[in-house]
Amino acid sequence: MEKKIGFYVCSGCGIGEALDVNALLDLANSEFQVPLCRSHECLCQTEGVDLIKSDIEKEGVNTVVIAACSPRVMYDVFDFGLDKVVERINLREQVVWSHPAGDEDTQMLAEDQVRMGLTKVKEIEPPDPFQAEEMSKDILVVGGGLAGMTAAREAARAGYGVVLVEKEPELGGYLRTVYKLPPENPPYETPEENPLEKLVKEIREDNRIKIYTSGRVTSIAGGPCLFDVKISQNGTEIAERVGAIVLATGVIPYDASKLENLGYGKYADVVTMVQVEEMFKAGDVKRPSNGAPVSSVAFILCAGSRDPEHLPYCSSSCCVEALKQASYFKEINPDVTVYIFYKDIRAVGNYELFYKKLQKDGLFFVRGNVTSVDDDGSGGLIISAEDFLTQAPITSESVDLVVLATGMVPTTAFGEPYRQPQAGQEGEVEIPADAILVSNILNLQYRQGPEIPALKYGFPDSHFICFPYESRRTGIYPAGSVRAPMDYARAVDDAVGAALKAIQCVELTSKGMAVHPRAGDMSYPQFFMQRCTQCKRCTEECPFGAINEDEKANPLPNPTRCRRCGVCMGACPERIISFKNYSVGMIGNMIKAINVPDEYEEKPRILVLACENDAYPALDMAGLRRLQYNAWVRIIPLRCLGSMNIVWIADALSKGIDGIILLGCRHGDDYQCHFIKGSELANIRMSKIKETLDRLALESDRVRVEEVSIADYYKLPQILDGFAERLAELGPNPYKGF
Amino acid sequence: MTETTNRSILVVGGGISGLSAAIEAAEAGCQVYLVEKEAYLGGRVARMNKYFPKLCPPNCGLEINFRRIKNNPRVRFFTMAEVVKVSGSPGDFDVTIRVSPRYINEKCTACGKCEEAATSTFPNPFNYGIDLVKSVYLPADFCFPLRYVLNPTIIGTEEAEKIKAACPYNAVDLSMTPKEFDLKVSAIVWATGWRPYYAEKILYYGFGKNPDVITNVMMERYASPDGPTRGQIVRPSDGKPVEKVAFIQCAGSRDENHLPYCSGICCLASLKQATYVLDQNPEARVFIYYIDIRALGRYEDFFVKVQSDPRVTLIKGKAGEIQRLSSGKSVVQAEDQINGIITKEEFDLVVLATGMVPSTVDGELPVAVARDSNGFLLDSDGTGIIAAGCVKQPVDVATSVQDATAAALRALQFTVRR
Repeated sequence: MEKKIGFYVCSGCGIGEALDVNALLDLANSEFQVPLCRSHECLCQTEGVDLIKSDIEKEGVNTVVIAACSPRVMYDVFDFGLDKVVERINLREQVVWSHPAGDEDTQMLAEDQVRMGLTKVKEIEPPDPFQAEEMSKDILVVGGGLAGMTAAREAARAGYGVVLVEKEPELGGYLRTVYKLPPENPPYETPEENPLEKLVKEIREDNRIKIYTSGRVTSIAGGPCLFDVKISQNGTEIAERVGAIVLATGVIPYDASKLENLGYGKYADVVTMVQVEEMFKAGDVKRPSNGAPVSSVAFILCAGSRDPEHLPYCSSSCCVEALKQASYFKEINPDVTVYIFYKDIRAVGNYELFYKKLQKDGLFFVRGNVTSVDDDGSGGLIISAEDFLTQAPITSESVDLVVLATGMVPTTAFGEPYRQPQAGQEGEVEIPADAILVSNILNLQYRQGPEIPALKYGFPDSHFICFPYESRRTGIYPAGSVRAPMDYARAVDDAVGAALKAIQCVELTSKGMAVHPRAGDMSYPQFFMQRCTQCKRCTEECPFGAINEDEKANPLPNPTRCRRCGVCMGACPERIISFKNYSVGMIGNMIKAINVPDEYEEKPRILVLACENDAYPALDMAGLRRLQYNAWVRIIPLRCLGSMNIVWIADALSKGIDGIILLGCRHGDDYQCHFIKGSELANIRMSKIKETLDRLALESDRVRVEEVSIADYYKLPQILDGFAERLAELGPNPYKGF
Repeated sequence: MTETTNRSILVVGGGISGLSAAIEAAEAGCQVYLVEKEAYLGGRVARMNKYFPKLCPPNCGLEINFRRIKNNPRVRFFTMAEVVKVSGSPGDFDVTIRVSPRYINEKCTACGKCEEAATSTFPNPFNYGIDLVKSVYLPADFCFPLRYVLNPTIIGTEEAEKIKAACPYNAVDLSMTPKEFDLKVSAIVWATGWRPYYAEKILYYGFGKNPDVITNVMMERYASPDGPTRGQIVRPSDGKPVEKVAFIQCAGSRDENHLPYCSGICCLASLKQATYVLDQNPEARVFIYYIDIRALGRYEDFFVKVQSDPRVTLIKGKAGEIQRLSSGKSVVQAEDQINGIITKEEFDLVVLATGMVPSTVDGELPVAVARDSNGFLLDSDGTGIIAAGCVKQPVDVATSVQDATAAALRALQFTVRR
C-alpha cells in the first residue's frame, strides 16, 4: 500500500501545557518527511475528528498517526475503517500524566514516542485474511454421552452440521447406567427422570447430525475449518472434514480395587455407586452376596478422592450422588438404615436443600476417615473410621451393603506420556514440554503430540478462570466431566457452551480471523522459508501446537491453528517469521529510532517491552493516577512477551540504550499469560542473554524481567525507578556513541 | 447456515456473566445489545481484589473482554441503563430501555478537571461506602467506559455549575434527562447477577454496629490496591493493622432463617482472603469457622494449601455470637465440636462470609420468567428468555462464564430460522 501519512497531535488533557507540540510537528515533518502534520486542542471532539476525516477524503490520507491519549481509550472515535492504518502514540497516560510538565526530559520522551510511532507505521501493512479452499463449518463431537449428545443437539439447533462419534454401539455413555439424576427443580427434593431416551430421540431425528456409533477417531489432521478426520467404524474408514471439535469423552470411575482397605473385591457386598445405579435401574435391589434385601447401607464418600495416594482432587459430584442413592433406598424402604461417612458434605447451591431433606429423613452422617471395612463374622460388614476432629476410633453397626463413592478420572488421563521428537540444537535452553498422554482419543497429527496437553491430573482444562473453554489446541473444546469434575447439570451447560465456542471458531476462522484472545485479528505469521535453518524452535515453542514439521524439519505452519501471539516470531533466530503488522524488523526499527544521547549528557535510556494486555494497561493506570516515574523509559507494547526476539536486546544495547526491562505476566503453576507460555519463554530467552552479556563483559544487570500484573500499577514507579538506579550504579552503556 | 430473521439479542447485566454472554454471542456472529445499570461494565468482579485459586486480578480478564468489545462492532452497550418493558414473543421481542442521566456526555476525556472543581463528597458505592468520593467521580480506575459520573443530588446547586464550568470539553450536561428507546431482539439473556446478603439481618453478629465486623465483599475492597486503604487490611474502627482475623462461614447461608441454600463460593472466598491477611502480615493468624469446606474439583488443591499453613486454624462449628469488648477486640463465640465446650476467641477483625442473593429476589421483572422461592430464575426452555450466571444459581466466576457461554448459544438459536 502506498502510504500517505497524516500526523496529528492533540494538545488537550494537559498535553499542550506539558509539551512543545510544535516541536513534535516539526520533528515529524523534518525527520520523517510527513507531509500533513497538524495539532488540535482536542482531537477526540467532533471538530478534531472531522479534521482527520477531511484529510482522509481530500488529501488522500490512508495512514493516520495520532499522538494523544492511550489507544485503550477513544478507540471508537478514532476508527476510520479497516482499510486505514491507524497508529496511536500514547502522549497522555504514559508521557504527560506520569512526568513533569515543561521538562526537557519529558519532551525528549514524547519525541521518542513519536519517532517510534512514525517508524512503526512505515512497517505496517493492512493484513489480508488467511483463506483456504473448502473450509468446513461442521462440528465434530467426540463422545456420545450426556455432554456430547447435548453439544451435538445444540450446535445442530443453531443450524450447524454435526458429526458425532461414539465408541460404544449405543449412544448414552454413563447415562445408560444411571437410574435418576439429582434434583434440579424446586423444591429440590426429588431426583429427576433420566433424560437419555428423549435426548437420543432428538439426536437421531435431527438430520443435521451424522452419528457414528461403534466409531473411533483414528486421525485428525489440519486445523480449524480444515480438520480432516478419519473415523473407523466396524472395520471401515470414513473421512470427514470439520471446522471445530468438541471433546466430550467423559470420565471413568476410579478403580475401586485400588482401595484395598475398603474391601472392594474382597467382599461381594462392597459395591460402587455405579453398581447401585444399575441395581435400581434394573429394579433388582439386593445384597450381591446372598440376594437378601438391603436393610442397612453405608456410603463411604471420597473413596479415592481428596486423597494424595489416589485422586488428590475432589470429584465434585459424589456427595450429591450418594445423597441421591440414599434417597433411592429410602424410597423403596423408609426404614432402611443409611450411614454416610464423609469428610465434608459438598452439596452446593440448591443441593443443600436436598441434603437438608435427607437429614430430616433420618440418615446418619458420620464425619470420619474410614480406615477399614471388615466382615462381622455373620455376613454383615463393619466400618471402622477415625473421627475427623478427635481421631477417636468409630465403629459402625453391621450393615448389609457398603457403597464406595469412587471419584472420577478423565478419559484423557490414560496412556503413556508422549515423547517429543528430538529437540533443537545442542546447548539450547530446554523449553518445558507440554504434558501429553497418548490416550488414543483424538489422534491429532500434530508435531507436538496426538492429544490436548493436560494441565493437572490429566484434565485438558485451560486453568483460565475468565476463559474456561480455552484449551491449548485451537478449535478443540473439551466439555463436560473430561474437562473438570462436574455433575450432570453442569455438564449439560458446559456442553452447550463448548458448542458455542466451536461455532464461534468456525465463524471467525472462515473469515480469516483469529479466535480468542485476539479474536478478529486478521494478521497471521508468514515464513520466509529461504532463510530457515530448520532449528525447530518455532515448532517447539508455539504454545498452541500450530506448526508441524516436514521430514527435513522445515516448519509447516497451520494458520487456522494460530492464535497470533507471535511466540514463533520471538523464537526464530533467523527472523524469518513476521506478521503484516507486527515483525522483528518493525520493533527493531522502532528501537533504532530512539534518540540516544551520548554518555556526557547523563541521560540514560531504558527500553521497556511491555505485555499489551497487562503491563501496558497498568502503565496507563499509573498515568491516570498521576504516579510519576523517570523519563528515561521508552515503552513498546508487545502482543505477548513471548514474541520478544533477542535480536531486539542486541539492537538496543548496540544502539547505546543503557538497560532493557521486560514487563510481563506471572508464569509457573498459576500462570497468567493468556498465551500460556509467553512470559515463561521470554524469561528463558533473557536468562540466555544474560549469559551472553556476562561473556561480553557487559553487565547482565542491564537486562531485567519483572512480573507485573495489571493491578500492579502502584508498584510501577518503584520498579522502573529502581531499575534506573541500578543502571546509574553500572554507569553508561559502553557501546554508547559507537 | 440457515436463513436468519432478526440476528439481534439483548443481554441484561454487564457483570462477568452478561459481559461474557454478550461478547461470546457477538464473536459467533450475533448482533448484541448489552445493558448495564451501573456506570461501568464488570459488575461485582470489578470490585474484587483477586480470583481464587490463582490469585490473579479480575481486571486482567476484564481488560481482554473490554478489548474484545472495543474490537467488535457487533456489540453495542449502554451503561446506566435498565430494561423497563418487554413485549412480543420468542424470536421477536420489543424491548424498551431507559437510560438514566449520567450528566457527563461522550465528550468526557477523563482529564479530571471536573473532579478538581467538586467540593462535596458522598459514600463511595464502588467501595461499599467505606470511603468517600467527590460529587463527580470516576467509578473506578479501570472503569469501562472511562468516563466520569455526576452525583444527581447536586443538580441545581452552585457546585454543579462550577463543575460544568471547569470542564474544558463541554462534557458536563446538567440538563440531561432519562431517555427511553426501543430495541427489537430475538432473545434475551438475563444476567443481572447477585448482591451480598444483608449481614445486618444476622443480629447476633453485630454487623452495622460493631465496626470491626465486615463482610467478605468489603474485605475485597480493603485488600485491593485501588481500594479505600490502597490495599492495606486494617481495622475499620482505628485503622490499625490486623493481627488476628476470624472468618465466619455460612453467615446467612445454609440457614433456614436466612438463606436456605449454600452460596457455593464463600468457602473458597474466605480461604483466598486468608491468604490476603497472611501475605500482608506474616505474623498474623487466621481462624475459619465452618460447617463443611466446599472446595469442589481442583479447588481442593487450594484448600489443602491454605489448610496446611500453620497460621490458619479451621474450626468446625457455627459461630454463635460476636461481642465487642471495651478493648476494641471482637469475641467470637462458638461451640467446639471436639469436646462440646463453648470457646471464645478474641479478634481484631471479623469477616462474615455472607452469601449470594440473586438480584431477582424481589420486585417485579419486566420479563415473564419463573423464579424459585429464593428468587433464582428457573430454566425456561423455549421462552426466549435465558438466565445466566448467579441469577440462576450461586456460582463462582469460571462457572458463570461457562454458563454465560451456554446462554449465548441458547440465545443465538432464536436468531436462526429453524
